[in-house]
Amino acid sequence: MSGENRNDMRTPMGRVRGLGSARSGTTHFWHSRVTSVALVPLTIAFVVIVAMLIGRNHAAVVQILASPAVSILLILFLAASLYHMWLGMQEIIIDYVHADGPKFAALLGNTFFCCIVGAICLFALLKISFGV
Amino acid sequence: MVEFTLPKNSKVTEGKTWPKTENAPRETEFRVYRWNPDDGQNPHVDTYYVDRSQCGPMVLDALIWIKNNVDPTLTFRRSCREGVCGSCAMNIDGTNTLACTKAIDDNKAPVKIYPLPHQPVVKDLVPDLTNFYAQYASIEPWLHTVSPTPQGEWKQSKQDREKLDGLYECILCACCSTSCPSYWWNSDRYLGPAALLQANRWITDSRDEATGDRLDDLEDPFRLYRCHTIMNCAKACPKGLNPAKAIAEIKKKMVDRQV
Repeated sequence: MSGENRNDMRTPMGRVRGLGSARSGTTHFWHSRVTSVALVPLTIAFVVIVAMLIGRNHAAVVQILASPAVSILLILFLAASLYHMWLGMQEIIIDYVHADGPKFAALLGNTFFCCIVGAICLFALLKISFGV
Repeated sequence: MVEFTLPKNSKVTEGKTWPKTENAPRETEFRVYRWNPDDGQNPHVDTYYVDRSQCGPMVLDALIWIKNNVDPTLTFRRSCREGVCGSCAMNIDGTNTLACTKAIDDNKAPVKIYPLPHQPVVKDLVPDLTNFYAQYASIEPWLHTVSPTPQGEWKQSKQDREKLDGLYECILCACCSTSCPSYWWNSDRYLGPAALLQANRWITDSRDEATGDRLDDLEDPFRLYRCHTIMNCAKACPKGLNPAKAIAEIKKKMVDRQV
Protein backbone atom coordinates (compact mmCIF):
# COMPACT_ATOMS: atom_id res chain seq x y z
CA MET A 1 0.00 0.00 0.00
CA SER A 2 1.20 3.47 -0.78
CA GLY A 3 -0.41 5.15 2.25
CA GLU A 4 2.46 7.26 3.50
CA ASN A 5 0.47 8.40 6.52
CA ARG A 6 -0.38 5.01 7.99
CA ASN A 7 1.29 5.90 11.25
CA ASP A 8 -0.47 9.20 11.86
CA MET A 9 -3.23 9.33 14.47
CA ARG A 10 -6.18 9.69 12.08
CA THR A 11 -8.78 6.96 12.09
CA PRO A 12 -8.80 4.55 9.11
CA MET A 13 -12.18 5.98 8.05
CA GLY A 14 -10.83 9.53 8.27
CA ARG A 15 -7.98 8.56 5.96
CA VAL A 16 -10.27 6.78 3.49
CA ARG A 17 -12.70 9.70 3.29
CA GLY A 18 -9.77 12.10 2.94
CA LEU A 19 -10.68 15.26 1.03
CA GLY A 20 -13.93 13.70 -0.20
CA SER A 21 -15.05 12.92 -3.72
CA ALA A 22 -13.77 15.25 -6.45
CA ARG A 23 -17.10 14.82 -8.33
CA SER A 24 -15.13 14.48 -11.55
CA GLY A 25 -13.45 11.88 -13.70
CA THR A 26 -16.43 10.86 -15.83
CA THR A 27 -15.71 13.48 -18.50
CA HIS A 28 -12.11 12.27 -18.67
CA PHE A 29 -13.29 8.67 -18.93
CA TRP A 30 -15.92 9.46 -21.60
CA HIS A 31 -13.59 11.63 -23.69
CA SER A 32 -10.91 8.95 -23.77
CA ARG A 33 -13.54 6.48 -25.08
CA VAL A 34 -14.91 8.93 -27.66
CA THR A 35 -11.41 9.72 -28.98
CA SER A 36 -10.50 6.04 -29.13
CA VAL A 37 -13.59 5.33 -31.25
CA ALA A 38 -12.81 8.33 -33.48
CA LEU A 39 -9.23 7.11 -33.88
CA VAL A 40 -10.29 3.79 -35.45
CA PRO A 41 -11.28 5.30 -38.85
CA LEU A 42 -8.88 8.22 -38.52
CA THR A 43 -5.85 5.95 -37.97
CA ILE A 44 -6.82 3.85 -40.98
CA ALA A 45 -7.12 7.07 -43.03
CA PHE A 46 -3.73 8.25 -41.73
CA VAL A 47 -2.05 4.96 -42.69
CA VAL A 48 -3.63 5.07 -46.18
CA ILE A 49 -2.48 8.68 -46.66
CA VAL A 50 1.08 7.87 -45.58
CA ALA A 51 1.08 4.84 -47.91
CA MET A 52 -0.01 7.12 -50.77
CA LEU A 53 3.05 9.32 -50.14
CA ILE A 54 5.58 6.50 -50.46
CA GLY A 55 7.89 6.89 -53.42
CA ARG A 56 6.53 10.28 -54.54
CA ASN A 57 8.64 13.37 -54.98
CA HIS A 58 8.33 16.55 -52.86
CA ALA A 59 5.93 18.34 -55.22
CA ALA A 60 3.56 15.35 -55.38
CA VAL A 61 3.61 14.94 -51.60
CA VAL A 62 2.79 18.62 -51.10
CA GLN A 63 -0.01 18.36 -53.65
CA ILE A 64 -1.60 15.38 -51.86
CA LEU A 65 -1.27 16.97 -48.40
CA ALA A 66 -2.73 20.24 -49.67
CA SER A 67 -5.93 18.65 -50.93
CA PRO A 68 -8.86 19.60 -48.63
CA ALA A 69 -10.00 16.04 -47.84
CA VAL A 70 -6.50 14.84 -46.90
CA SER A 71 -5.72 17.98 -44.94
CA ILE A 72 -8.98 17.87 -42.94
CA LEU A 73 -8.54 14.15 -42.21
CA LEU A 74 -5.00 14.76 -40.96
CA ILE A 75 -6.11 17.68 -38.78
CA LEU A 76 -8.86 15.51 -37.25
CA PHE A 77 -6.37 12.66 -36.72
CA LEU A 78 -3.94 15.04 -35.05
CA ALA A 79 -6.58 16.54 -32.76
CA ALA A 80 -8.02 13.16 -31.72
CA SER A 81 -4.66 11.45 -31.23
CA LEU A 82 -3.04 14.30 -29.31
CA TYR A 83 -6.08 14.72 -27.05
CA HIS A 84 -6.14 10.95 -26.50
CA MET A 85 -2.41 10.95 -25.78
CA TRP A 86 -2.80 13.83 -23.31
CA LEU A 87 -5.63 12.02 -21.48
CA GLY A 88 -3.76 8.70 -21.39
CA MET A 89 -0.47 10.16 -20.21
CA GLN A 90 -2.33 12.02 -17.46
CA GLU A 91 -3.71 8.68 -16.24
CA ILE A 92 -0.26 7.10 -16.20
CA ILE A 93 1.23 10.02 -14.26
CA ILE A 94 -1.59 9.95 -11.70
CA ASP A 95 -1.16 6.17 -11.35
CA TYR A 96 2.56 6.14 -10.72
CA VAL A 97 3.81 9.55 -9.57
CA HIS A 98 2.55 10.43 -6.10
CA ALA A 99 4.84 13.15 -4.72
CA ASP A 100 3.27 16.57 -5.33
CA GLY A 101 6.31 18.24 -6.95
CA PRO A 102 7.14 15.61 -9.58
CA LYS A 103 3.43 14.95 -10.18
CA PHE A 104 2.50 18.54 -11.01
CA ALA A 105 5.71 18.99 -13.04
CA ALA A 106 4.87 15.86 -15.05
CA LEU A 107 1.24 16.93 -15.55
CA LEU A 108 2.33 20.39 -16.74
CA GLY A 109 5.03 18.88 -18.95
CA ASN A 110 2.47 16.52 -20.49
CA THR A 111 0.08 19.38 -21.28
CA PHE A 112 2.79 21.63 -22.70
CA PHE A 113 4.31 18.83 -24.78
CA CYS A 114 0.93 17.94 -26.35
CA CYS A 115 0.13 21.63 -27.06
CA ILE A 116 3.54 22.29 -28.63
CA VAL A 117 3.47 19.13 -30.79
CA GLY A 118 -0.10 19.97 -31.84
CA ALA A 119 0.77 23.57 -32.72
CA ILE A 120 3.81 22.54 -34.79
CA CYS A 121 1.90 19.85 -36.71
CA LEU A 122 -1.10 22.08 -37.31
CA PHE A 123 1.07 24.96 -38.51
CA ALA A 124 2.92 22.65 -40.94
CA LEU A 125 -0.31 21.22 -42.33
CA LEU A 126 -1.98 24.61 -42.77
CA LYS A 127 1.14 26.07 -44.37
CA ILE A 128 1.15 23.24 -46.91
CA SER A 129 -2.64 23.47 -47.43
CA PHE A 130 -2.73 27.20 -48.03
CA GLY A 131 0.66 27.25 -49.75
CA VAL A 132 1.78 30.44 -48.01
CA MET B 1 5.76 6.90 -5.97
CA VAL B 2 5.35 3.43 -7.32
CA GLU B 3 7.60 0.90 -5.56
CA PHE B 4 9.56 -1.44 -7.79
CA THR B 5 11.61 -3.05 -5.03
CA LEU B 6 10.80 -4.03 -1.49
CA PRO B 7 11.98 -1.71 1.31
CA LYS B 8 15.28 -2.80 2.88
CA ASN B 9 13.63 -4.26 5.98
CA SER B 10 11.11 -6.22 3.88
CA LYS B 11 13.58 -8.04 1.63
CA VAL B 12 12.90 -11.75 1.93
CA THR B 13 15.77 -14.02 2.95
CA GLU B 14 16.21 -17.79 3.04
CA GLY B 15 14.86 -19.26 6.26
CA LYS B 16 14.99 -22.56 8.09
CA THR B 17 14.43 -25.96 6.52
CA TRP B 18 12.39 -28.00 8.98
CA PRO B 19 13.08 -31.75 9.29
CA LYS B 20 11.12 -34.28 7.27
CA THR B 21 8.81 -36.79 8.92
CA GLU B 22 10.42 -40.18 9.26
CA ASN B 23 8.99 -42.92 7.04
CA ALA B 24 6.43 -40.62 5.43
CA PRO B 25 5.05 -42.45 2.36
CA ARG B 26 4.33 -39.26 0.42
CA GLU B 27 5.61 -35.77 1.16
CA THR B 28 5.00 -32.34 -0.38
CA GLU B 29 7.39 -29.44 0.07
CA PHE B 30 5.94 -26.11 1.25
CA ARG B 31 7.83 -22.84 1.20
CA VAL B 32 6.14 -20.40 3.57
CA TYR B 33 6.74 -16.69 4.20
CA ARG B 34 7.59 -15.97 7.83
CA TRP B 35 7.93 -12.64 9.59
CA ASN B 36 7.89 -11.94 13.29
CA PRO B 37 7.46 -8.30 14.35
CA ASP B 38 9.21 -8.98 17.66
CA ASP B 39 12.59 -10.38 16.55
CA GLY B 40 13.80 -7.46 14.41
CA GLN B 41 14.74 -9.81 11.56
CA ASN B 42 13.84 -9.50 7.89
CA PRO B 43 11.12 -11.80 6.54
CA HIS B 44 12.32 -15.25 5.52
CA VAL B 45 10.94 -18.27 3.70
CA ASP B 46 10.86 -21.48 5.70
CA THR B 47 10.72 -24.93 4.09
CA TYR B 48 8.40 -27.59 5.48
CA TYR B 49 7.71 -31.15 4.37
CA VAL B 50 4.12 -32.24 4.86
CA ASP B 51 3.31 -35.92 5.31
CA ARG B 52 0.35 -36.26 2.96
CA SER B 53 -0.80 -39.51 4.52
CA GLN B 54 -1.65 -37.58 7.71
CA CYS B 55 -3.05 -34.46 6.11
CA GLY B 56 -6.23 -33.40 4.27
CA PRO B 57 -6.27 -32.39 0.59
CA MET B 58 -6.34 -28.59 0.88
CA VAL B 59 -3.55 -26.07 1.43
CA LEU B 60 -5.21 -25.00 4.70
CA ASP B 61 -5.06 -28.63 5.87
CA ALA B 62 -1.33 -28.57 5.22
CA LEU B 63 -0.85 -25.31 7.14
CA ILE B 64 -2.81 -26.68 10.10
CA TRP B 65 -0.78 -29.90 9.92
CA ILE B 66 2.46 -27.88 10.00
CA LYS B 67 1.22 -25.83 12.95
CA ASN B 68 0.13 -28.94 14.88
CA ASN B 69 3.07 -31.19 14.05
CA VAL B 70 6.13 -29.16 13.08
CA ASP B 71 6.08 -25.49 14.01
CA PRO B 72 3.42 -24.11 16.41
CA THR B 73 4.63 -20.53 15.83
CA LEU B 74 3.38 -20.47 12.22
CA THR B 75 0.65 -17.80 12.18
CA PHE B 76 -2.31 -17.56 9.82
CA ARG B 77 -6.02 -16.74 9.90
CA ARG B 78 -8.61 -19.44 9.31
CA SER B 79 -12.14 -20.17 10.43
CA CYS B 80 -14.83 -21.86 8.34
CA ARG B 81 -12.58 -24.11 6.19
CA GLU B 82 -15.22 -24.13 3.42
CA GLY B 83 -14.78 -20.89 1.45
CA VAL B 84 -17.44 -18.87 3.26
CA CYS B 85 -15.63 -16.70 5.80
CA GLY B 86 -12.72 -15.40 3.70
CA SER B 87 -10.26 -15.55 6.61
CA CYS B 88 -7.61 -17.76 5.00
CA ALA B 89 -7.00 -15.60 1.90
CA MET B 90 -3.31 -15.71 0.98
CA ASN B 91 -1.02 -15.84 -2.03
CA ILE B 92 -0.58 -19.48 -3.01
CA ASP B 93 1.64 -20.42 -5.96
CA GLY B 94 1.51 -16.79 -7.18
CA THR B 95 -2.27 -16.33 -7.03
CA ASN B 96 -4.41 -14.85 -4.29
CA THR B 97 -6.93 -17.41 -3.19
CA LEU B 98 -8.45 -19.15 -0.18
CA ALA B 99 -6.21 -21.80 1.38
CA CYS B 100 -9.27 -23.83 2.37
CA THR B 101 -10.61 -24.25 -1.17
CA LYS B 102 -7.26 -24.63 -2.97
CA ALA B 103 -6.18 -28.24 -3.36
CA ILE B 104 -2.51 -28.95 -2.64
CA ASP B 105 -2.23 -31.01 -5.83
CA ASP B 106 -3.40 -28.08 -7.97
CA ASN B 107 -0.10 -26.28 -7.24
CA LYS B 108 3.37 -26.79 -8.60
CA ALA B 109 5.66 -28.26 -5.94
CA PRO B 110 7.16 -26.76 -3.87
CA VAL B 111 3.98 -24.94 -2.87
CA LYS B 112 4.86 -21.29 -2.23
CA ILE B 113 2.71 -19.46 0.30
CA TYR B 114 2.93 -15.71 0.98
CA PRO B 115 0.57 -13.25 2.66
CA LEU B 116 -1.77 -11.16 0.44
CA PRO B 117 0.48 -8.82 -1.58
CA HIS B 118 1.21 -5.17 -0.82
CA GLN B 119 -0.45 -5.02 2.56
CA PRO B 120 1.36 -4.43 5.85
CA VAL B 121 2.05 -7.75 7.55
CA VAL B 122 0.98 -8.32 11.17
CA LYS B 123 2.80 -11.65 11.43
CA ASP B 124 3.66 -14.46 8.97
CA LEU B 125 0.59 -14.92 6.70
CA VAL B 126 -1.62 -12.38 8.48
CA PRO B 127 -2.00 -9.08 6.61
CA ASP B 128 -3.28 -5.86 8.16
CA LEU B 129 -6.59 -5.21 6.35
CA THR B 130 -7.63 -2.14 8.38
CA ASN B 131 -7.62 0.11 5.32
CA PHE B 132 -9.53 -2.48 3.27
CA TYR B 133 -12.29 -2.72 5.89
CA ALA B 134 -12.49 1.07 6.26
CA GLN B 135 -12.91 1.36 2.49
CA TYR B 136 -15.76 -1.16 2.63
CA ALA B 137 -17.41 0.78 5.47
CA SER B 138 -16.97 4.03 3.51
CA ILE B 139 -19.37 2.90 0.78
CA GLU B 140 -22.06 2.58 3.50
CA PRO B 141 -23.09 -1.00 2.76
CA TRP B 142 -26.66 -0.82 4.01
CA LEU B 143 -30.04 0.26 2.61
CA HIS B 144 -30.49 4.05 2.40
CA THR B 145 -34.08 5.26 2.25
CA VAL B 146 -36.02 8.47 2.85
CA SER B 147 -39.55 7.08 2.34
CA PRO B 148 -41.41 6.09 5.51
CA THR B 149 -40.49 2.55 6.53
CA PRO B 150 -43.25 0.17 5.35
CA GLN B 151 -45.23 -1.99 7.75
CA GLY B 152 -43.84 -5.18 6.22
CA GLU B 153 -40.63 -5.40 4.24
CA TRP B 154 -39.16 -3.19 1.49
CA LYS B 155 -40.52 -4.92 -1.59
CA GLN B 156 -38.45 -5.99 -4.56
CA SER B 157 -39.51 -7.78 -7.73
CA LYS B 158 -37.95 -11.11 -8.61
CA GLN B 159 -36.29 -9.51 -11.63
CA ASP B 160 -34.74 -6.75 -9.52
CA ARG B 161 -33.54 -9.27 -6.97
CA GLU B 162 -31.81 -11.21 -9.74
CA LYS B 163 -29.76 -8.11 -10.56
CA LEU B 164 -27.95 -8.59 -7.23
CA ASP B 165 -26.72 -12.05 -8.23
CA GLY B 166 -22.96 -11.99 -8.76
CA LEU B 167 -22.67 -9.08 -6.31
CA TYR B 168 -24.06 -10.18 -2.95
CA GLU B 169 -21.94 -13.36 -2.78
CA CYS B 170 -18.71 -11.46 -2.01
CA ILE B 171 -17.11 -12.67 1.24
CA LEU B 172 -14.63 -9.75 1.56
CA CYS B 173 -11.58 -11.99 1.55
CA ALA B 174 -9.53 -9.22 -0.19
CA CYS B 175 -8.09 -11.58 -2.82
CA CYS B 176 -9.28 -9.26 -5.60
CA SER B 177 -8.19 -5.91 -4.18
CA THR B 178 -4.74 -7.15 -3.22
CA SER B 179 -4.23 -8.67 -6.69
CA CYS B 180 -4.90 -5.32 -8.39
CA PRO B 181 -1.81 -3.30 -9.44
CA SER B 182 -3.84 -0.09 -9.28
CA TYR B 183 -4.70 -0.96 -5.69
CA TRP B 184 -1.04 -1.70 -4.92
CA TRP B 185 0.03 1.77 -6.06
CA ASN B 186 -2.97 3.80 -4.92
CA SER B 187 -4.79 1.93 -2.15
CA ASP B 188 -4.79 5.08 -0.01
CA ARG B 189 -7.18 6.74 -2.48
CA TYR B 190 -8.51 4.01 -4.83
CA LEU B 191 -11.31 1.98 -3.21
CA GLY B 192 -10.32 -1.23 -4.97
CA PRO B 193 -12.39 -3.99 -6.60
CA ALA B 194 -13.98 -5.45 -3.45
CA ALA B 195 -15.36 -2.16 -2.11
CA LEU B 196 -16.50 -1.11 -5.60
CA LEU B 197 -18.26 -4.44 -6.22
CA GLN B 198 -20.12 -3.88 -2.96
CA ALA B 199 -20.82 -0.24 -3.91
CA ASN B 200 -22.42 -1.54 -7.09
CA ARG B 201 -24.42 -4.06 -5.07
CA TRP B 202 -26.13 -1.13 -3.28
CA ILE B 203 -26.32 1.09 -6.38
CA THR B 204 -28.08 -1.77 -8.19
CA ASP B 205 -30.50 -2.54 -5.32
CA SER B 206 -33.96 -1.38 -6.46
CA ARG B 207 -34.98 -0.70 -2.84
CA ASP B 208 -32.20 1.81 -2.24
CA GLU B 209 -33.15 5.49 -2.57
CA ALA B 210 -29.67 7.02 -2.49
CA THR B 211 -28.31 5.84 -5.84
CA GLY B 212 -27.38 9.37 -6.92
CA ASP B 213 -25.61 10.13 -3.63
CA ARG B 214 -23.70 6.86 -3.91
CA LEU B 215 -22.61 7.73 -7.45
CA ASP B 216 -21.65 11.26 -6.29
CA ASP B 217 -19.38 9.79 -3.62
CA LEU B 218 -17.67 7.49 -6.12
CA GLU B 219 -17.25 10.03 -8.93
CA ASP B 220 -13.60 10.69 -8.32
CA PRO B 221 -10.44 10.19 -10.39
CA PHE B 222 -9.03 8.01 -7.61
CA ARG B 223 -11.90 6.30 -5.77
CA LEU B 224 -13.37 4.80 -8.96
CA TYR B 225 -11.35 5.74 -12.01
CA ARG B 226 -8.04 4.12 -11.00
CA CYS B 227 -9.61 0.90 -12.34
CA HIS B 228 -8.04 0.26 -15.75
CA THR B 229 -9.82 -3.06 -16.36
CA ILE B 230 -6.68 -5.09 -15.68
CA MET B 231 -8.98 -8.01 -14.68
CA ASN B 232 -6.69 -9.54 -12.03
CA CYS B 233 -9.64 -9.16 -9.67
CA ALA B 234 -11.90 -11.41 -11.73
CA LYS B 235 -9.09 -13.94 -12.18
CA ALA B 236 -8.30 -14.06 -8.46
CA CYS B 237 -11.83 -14.11 -6.99
CA PRO B 238 -12.24 -17.52 -5.28
CA LYS B 239 -16.03 -17.14 -5.46
CA GLY B 240 -16.00 -16.70 -9.25
CA LEU B 241 -17.32 -13.12 -9.14
CA ASN B 242 -16.36 -10.39 -11.58
CA PRO B 243 -15.54 -7.11 -9.78
CA ALA B 244 -14.19 -5.58 -13.03
CA LYS B 245 -17.65 -5.95 -14.59
CA ALA B 246 -19.27 -4.38 -11.52
CA ILE B 247 -16.88 -1.42 -11.77
CA ALA B 248 -17.64 -1.08 -15.50
CA GLU B 249 -21.34 -0.97 -14.61
CA ILE B 250 -20.71 1.88 -12.16
CA LYS B 251 -18.78 3.77 -14.86
CA LYS B 252 -21.64 3.17 -17.28
CA LYS B 253 -24.13 4.65 -14.79
CA MET B 254 -21.82 7.66 -14.37
CA VAL B 255 -22.00 8.26 -18.12
CA ASP B 256 -25.75 7.48 -18.26
CA ARG B 257 -26.57 10.30 -15.88
CA GLN B 258 -24.55 12.79 -17.95
CA VAL B 259 -25.36 11.86 -21.53
